[in-house]
Amino acid sequence: MELYKLTAHELHEKLVNKEVSSVELTNALYERIDAVEDKVNAYVTLDKENALAQAAKVDAKIAAGEEIAPLAGVPGAIKDNISTKGLRTTCSSKMLSNLIPIYDAHVIKNLRADETIFLGKTNMDEFAMGSTTESSFFGATHNPWNLDRVPGGSSGGSAAAIAAGEAIWTLGSDTGGSIRQPASFNGCVGIKPTYGRVSRYGCVAFASSLDQIGPITKDVTDAALVLNTICGKDEHDSTSLDVEVPDFTKALVADVKGLRIGLPKEYFGEGLDPKVKAEIEKAVKQYEAMGAEIVEVSLPHTEYAVITYYIIAPAEASANLARFDGVRYGYRNTSATSAPEMTTLSRTEGFGAEVKRRIMLGTYVLSSGYYDAYYKKAMQVRTLIRKDFEEAFKQCDVLLTPTSPVVAYPIDGKMDPLSIYLLDVTTIPVNMAGLPGISVPCGFADGMPVGMQLIGKPLDEATILRAAYTFEQANEYHKVFAPLGGNK
Amino acid sequence: MTKYITVIGLEVHAELKTKSKAFCSCSTAFGSAPNTHVCPVCLGMPGALPVLNKQVVEFAIRAGLALNCEIKKFNKFDRKNYFYPDLAKNYQISQFDKPICENGHIDVNVNGEEKRIGITRIHMEEDAGKLVHSGATISTSDSSAVDYNRAGVPLIEIVSEPDMRSAEEARAYMENLKAILEYTDVCDCKMQEGSLRCDANISIMPEGAKEFGTRAEIKNLNSFRALVRAIEYEVERQKEILEDGGHIVQETRTWDDANGVTLSMRSKEEAHDYRYFPEPDLVPVQLDDAWIERVRSELPELPAQRQARLVKEHGLPEYDASLIVATKAMAEYFDEAVKTAKDSKGVSNWMLGDVSAYLNNEGITISEFKVTPAHLAELVNLTKDGVLSSKLAKKVFAEMLKEDKAPSVLVKELGLEQVSDEGAILKLVEETIAENPQSVADFKAGKDKAIGFLVGQIMKKSRGKANPGMVQKMLKEKMQ
Amino acid sequence: MKVSADDVKYIAQLSRLTVPETEMEKFTEQFNQILNYADILQKIDTAGIEPTAHVLPVSNVLREDVAKEGVTHEEALSNAPAVHNGGFKVPRVIE
Repeated sequence: MELYKLTAHELHEKLVNKEVSSVELTNALYERIDAVEDKVNAYVTLDKENALAQAAKVDAKIAAGEEIAPLAGVPGAIKDNISTKGLRTTCSSKMLSNLIPIYDAHVIKNLRADETIFLGKTNMDEFAMGSTTESSFFGATHNPWNLDRVPGGSSGGSAAAIAAGEAIWTLGSDTGGSIRQPASFNGCVGIKPTYGRVSRYGCVAFASSLDQIGPITKDVTDAALVLNTICGKDEHDSTSLDVEVPDFTKALVADVKGLRIGLPKEYFGEGLDPKVKAEIEKAVKQYEAMGAEIVEVSLPHTEYAVITYYIIAPAEASANLARFDGVRYGYRNTSATSAPEMTTLSRTEGFGAEVKRRIMLGTYVLSSGYYDAYYKKAMQVRTLIRKDFEEAFKQCDVLLTPTSPVVAYPIDGKMDPLSIYLLDVTTIPVNMAGLPGISVPCGFADGMPVGMQLIGKPLDEATILRAAYTFEQANEYHKVFAPLGGNK
Repeated sequence: MTKYITVIGLEVHAELKTKSKAFCSCSTAFGSAPNTHVCPVCLGMPGALPVLNKQVVEFAIRAGLALNCEIKKFNKFDRKNYFYPDLAKNYQISQFDKPICENGHIDVNVNGEEKRIGITRIHMEEDAGKLVHSGATISTSDSSAVDYNRAGVPLIEIVSEPDMRSAEEARAYMENLKAILEYTDVCDCKMQEGSLRCDANISIMPEGAKEFGTRAEIKNLNSFRALVRAIEYEVERQKEILEDGGHIVQETRTWDDANGVTLSMRSKEEAHDYRYFPEPDLVPVQLDDAWIERVRSELPELPAQRQARLVKEHGLPEYDASLIVATKAMAEYFDEAVKTAKDSKGVSNWMLGDVSAYLNNEGITISEFKVTPAHLAELVNLTKDGVLSSKLAKKVFAEMLKEDKAPSVLVKELGLEQVSDEGAILKLVEETIAENPQSVADFKAGKDKAIGFLVGQIMKKSRGKANPGMVQKMLKEKMQ
Repeated sequence: MKVSADDVKYIAQLSRLTVPETEMEKFTEQFNQILNYADILQKIDTAGIEPTAHVLPVSNVLREDVAKEGVTHEEALSNAPAVHNGGFKVPRVIE
C-alpha cells in the first residue's frame, strides 16, 4: 500500500483503526520525499526529528484509546512564509535564509493543538511574489505532472508536494491566486477562504489587505478538514472576523440541484487557452446535467483588476518589506560603515529581482505626486470590482471560471513580468473583493491538469465546497496521480 | 533697524499613561533593561500584526475634550514610511489625514494678558525605540545599540497653530498644556524621561509683513528652560541672517543645551517623502456620541476650573491660585491639606513660601516632598490656634523636614509650645513692668511704641514661647 | 516614458535599494511597461467613488489595556546579526 497516495480522511480512519501508525505514515512520507525531492524541490526545510516525535505522541494517544482530531498524526507541510516557532521560516529568500521564528502563527497554533504533523516548510516564490515558484532563493520547484514545467505559484511547493505525494495536506497563502493557481497547475484542490476567515497572524505579510492562508489538498473533503482547524477569530489579527465557523464537512453533500451557477463572460474571452476552455465547458454541462441552473453574468471591471492589483499589492508590500533592514534579524551586509548603507546593501543583496521590482513599484505609486493617480485610483477601482461581484451575486449563488487561462507552462524564464502578471486575471479579482474561491481539478489539456474555480459570496465557503464536492464525486480527476515525467 | 515679529508653533508628543503598548500587550514600564518589554509585534518580526489598545482612544478623546477640540467620529490609522533603526517596522503607525481631534485651544495668561492659542490637531501614533550610542553623541559614535522597549508606546501628537509670538507665550502654552495633560491623567509629563517632548517651529517676519517667514523646526527641547532659550537663540540667529541680507533655510535643527545653540541636523538633504497610506492591518475606529459624552462626563476638574474654585471657596488671590494649580501634584497637595486645615490661605502661604523654597533648593517636586499634607495642615492649625508663633512655626517646619513626625509631637519634644497660661504670663508681665519703669511711664504718656519694647522683653524672657496676643493684652490691662 | 533612470534611482533610494548601472536600462524599461499599462485606469471615471481600504465592514476591533509578558530578552535577540549591551547593534547611524 502506498500510504502517500491516500487522503487525510482515509488516513485518519487507518490511524484510528490501528491499520497504520503515525510513525509508520510519517516515515513513509519521508521515504517518498527522499525518492522524489531531487526532481521536484518542493521543500525548503525538513523537520524529520520533530515530526517523528510528534507522530509517536499521537500513536501513544491512539494506543491509550483516546480520541484524536481528524488531522492528528497526519503529515502535512507548511508554506515557508508561515511562522513556525523554532523552525526556520525563509519566505524562500536569501534575506531570511537563517530566520528561526520566535513565535507560532495562529494557524500553526491551531494545527499543533490538533496534533498534526509538520513534515517541513515548502518552497515558494520569494516573499510570495510570483506565479511560478521560480524566484525562490532555494531554486525552482518543478511540476510533478511534467518536471519541465512550472508548478505555478507562489505556493508552488505546497501544491507540488501534494501532487508528488510528498505531503498529505499543505498550507499555502493566496494574495492574487497563489493557492488556487498552483492547485490548478498541479491537479490539487486549493481554497482561499473569505478575507478575515483565517487569521493572518504569523503569515509574513505581502499585501495585507489581500493575503489569506488556505489549504491545498488532494480532495475537497481534506480541504474542509483543514479549514475546520485553521478558521476562526484570532485576537492577534484585527482583520480576522468574529463570526461563527461552521463545520465545513457538513457542506460536503453531492447535490447541486437548483444551485445557480454564474459564468462571468469576461473570463471566457481573449487569452483563454481553447483547450482549457473546452474542459471548463464540459464541467459546466455536467453541472447542468446534475440539476444546476447556469446563468451568464458580467463583471465589467475585470480587465482593470490586474493593474489595480499590481498597484495595491506592491504599495502594501513596499511598507511590509521595509522591516527587512538587517537590524533585528535576517541577512546583513557586514562591510557597510553606516546603518543606512548597511540597510541598503543588505536589502539589495538579500532580495531577488522580482521582490525589488515590486518594492520599487509600490514605493513609486505611493510617493508624493503620484498617490492620487495610482494608489487612490486603484483603491477606487477596487470598489468598482467589488460592486461587480455584488451585482453578479444577485443573479447566482456561485461563479464558475477557469482558475487560470492556461495550464502550467515551461520553466524557461522567457516571459516578461507584465505577460506573467496578466495571466492572474482569473484569480486576482477574488482577492480584490475578499471573496472565497476554490480550485478543483476538472480535466487535462496537453497532459497537464486544468483547474476550475468556484467563487462564493462572502463567508459562503460552504456553497463552493458543496459545488466542488459534487463535481469531484461525479469525476475521477482527483484520483489521477502525477507521473513525475519530463527531462529534469 | 527693522522690527521683527516672532511666530512660533509647537508640536508636542505626549506618551500616554497606558499599562500596555498601543498595538501589543507589552508593558510600557520605564527604565527596564534593554529589550525586555518586547514581543513579535513591537520587534517588527515577520508576520506579526497590530491590535489597537482601547485605552489609547480613550485617552486621546479625553485629552481632546480637555483641550477644547472637536472629536472626530471616524478614525483610521495610516502608515508613515521612513527608515530608521529605532523604528522596528520602518514605518510608524500614525494618523495622517483624519486625526481624532481638531480645532482646539488653550487660553494662556502672559504678563496679565489673556491669549488664546489654537490647537490644529491631535492624532494617535506609536513611539519608536531608543538608540544608545557607543560614543558621547550620535556623530562621534561608531555604532549604536537599539532598545525597543519604548517601541510601540502610545503617543498623542498635539500640533498648535502658529499663534505664539514670544518665548514667554510658548512657555505659558507649554505649561498650561502640561498641566492639562497631568490633570486628565493621560500623560505623566516627565520631560527628562521623554514622556513629554516638544518641537518648535520658529520663524520671524518684518513687522507689517503679510506672510510668515521661512521656519526652522527645532527638536530636542527637553525642558521649559530649553524651550525658552532655544527660541530666544533661534530668533536672534534668524535676525542676524536677515540683517546680513541672507535668507532662512527651511530645515530641522537640534537644540544643543550644553552650548546654548541650535544646530542643523542634516548634513545632506534627504528627501522626506513619507508615502502615507491607510494601515491595512487595522480596521477603522468609529466613535459615537455615547462614547464621547461618557468620556466628557468623566473629565476631572481642569486647571482653569480649579483655579476659579480655589479663589471662590478658599479666598486665595488669583495669582496664588494660579501657582497652586500649575501642577496637578501641587493642587492635590493643597486640596488634601485644606481638608483638615483651619486656614486655607495659611496652607497656600506655606506652600508658595517655605515649601516651594525648600523644593527648589533640593531640586525636587512636591510628589517627592516628605512632609504630608496632613502635617502641614496641623502646623497651620497650631499657628492659627496660637500654640505656635510664626517664628516658632518655622523652627518646627525645619524639624519636620528632618523627621517624619507630627508638628504637635515635635512642639512637645522641642519644648516649643507657646505659653498661653494666664498665671505664667501674668508673672512675666508683672516682672517686666517692675523692671522697666521708664517704658511704663512712656506708655502712660501716650507713647504707644513703648509697648512694643515691653512685649519684646517678655518674649525674650519666655524664649519666644509666650503667646504674643495675650502678652499685649495683659500688659495693657496692667498698665492702665 | 513615465520614469527616467534618475527617477528609478530616486525611488531606489527611498526604498533603501540600489539598481546596478548594468541593469538600469532594462529595469527602467520594465518599470515603464507596467506604468504605461496602468494608463488603462484613466478610462474609468472614478469621481465620487469611495476608495476601498478594507473589504470588511468591520470597525472598533480593540484590545483591553492589560500588560502581558512578551518574549524573553534572549528570544528577542536570538536572530540579531549583532548585539551590544543587550541591544541590536548597528553601525553608525549618521552617514
